[in-house]
Amino acid sequence: MSAGKIDPMEQFMVEPVLGRHIELFGYDVSFTNSALFMVVVFVVLAVFMAGGLKRQLIPGRWQVMAENAVSFIDSMVTVNIGSGGKKFAPYIFSLFFFILFANLIGVLPLAILPGLHTFAVTSHITVTAILAFLSFAIVLVVGFAKHGFKFFSLFVPHGAPGWLMPVIIPVEFVSFMVRPFSLALRLFVAMTAGHILLEVFGSFVVQGINAGGALGPVVSVLSFIMIVGVSALELLVCAIQAYVFALLTSLYLHDAVHLH
Amino acid sequence: MTDLGAMYIGAGLAAIGVGLAALGVGNVFGSFLEGALRNPGAADGQQGRLFIGFAASELLGLIAFVVAILILFVVK
Repeated sequence: MSAGKIDPMEQFMVEPVLGRHIELFGYDVSFTNSALFMVVVFVVLAVFMAGGLKRQLIPGRWQVMAENAVSFIDSMVTVNIGSGGKKFAPYIFSLFFFILFANLIGVLPLAILPGLHTFAVTSHITVTAILAFLSFAIVLVVGFAKHGFKFFSLFVPHGAPGWLMPVIIPVEFVSFMVRPFSLALRLFVAMTAGHILLEVFGSFVVQGINAGGALGPVVSVLSFIMIVGVSALELLVCAIQAYVFALLTSLYLHDAVHLH
Repeated sequence: MTDLGAMYIGAGLAAIGVGLAALGVGNVFGSFLEGALRNPGAADGQQGRLFIGFAASELLGLIAFVVAILILFVVK
């Protein structure tokens, strides 16, 4: 990229926050901006839940919000996992709210205060892959613990004719093994694409101002309006992607618990 | 045609797949809305399936986007 060009990929750089790398046995364990924003997400979530965990019989507003959050996850888990689903509610709750708050904090336009660029934790495949493989591991552990080797009957759908088995079983197996990758990829690309789009329109605003002339300010203003619109869409996408991640994890757990 | 030019054309072609996924996602939501307007009472119960369908069709569009990004930034 030549000098003066705005690189849309630069916002995803993971850098140590304290200015220098910390090495431990040859591994880089420095406290990066990614780790910093994960801590921020945790603090925000902890404050949200701690503020709402009162026991008033007639709840105040914060308590209502926290109770709605818990009952939202509770209903999602009982509808999608069925009986025996309630024990997964804490995990699905943590998963959903971590991803939701991480997505939303990443979209916050705090950079109006110079230097305060928020970092989207879920815009890295490393983070989303860990979450997806954690969900997949829980599905496998639950499935094998509950059903033993009968878990493999998941790949043989009900009522399929016998001669179709050599075709169906590999297809079902591949689509099962693709699940963690698809979970990770969906969240990662949705967040990355949204942020690249916002950065590209932001670069149009800056370049329009720098260009001057007759059309420069017009381009800037139109791009700014697009940024507002895309940010609204990004808020929706953040919520939808968090919900889809938790919903699909619940469905995979339903498969593991009920074998269908 | 230079290699770099061919890469850029390839990335542009891969991005067409993202537009096709937009058709798919619109189809999912459009069918849901059509059914929901005919039978509003049954709409809320099926919202989960709406998002499952959205996730599946969106995933394939995002895979096309990943191919474009791979061509642009990963291929030397």
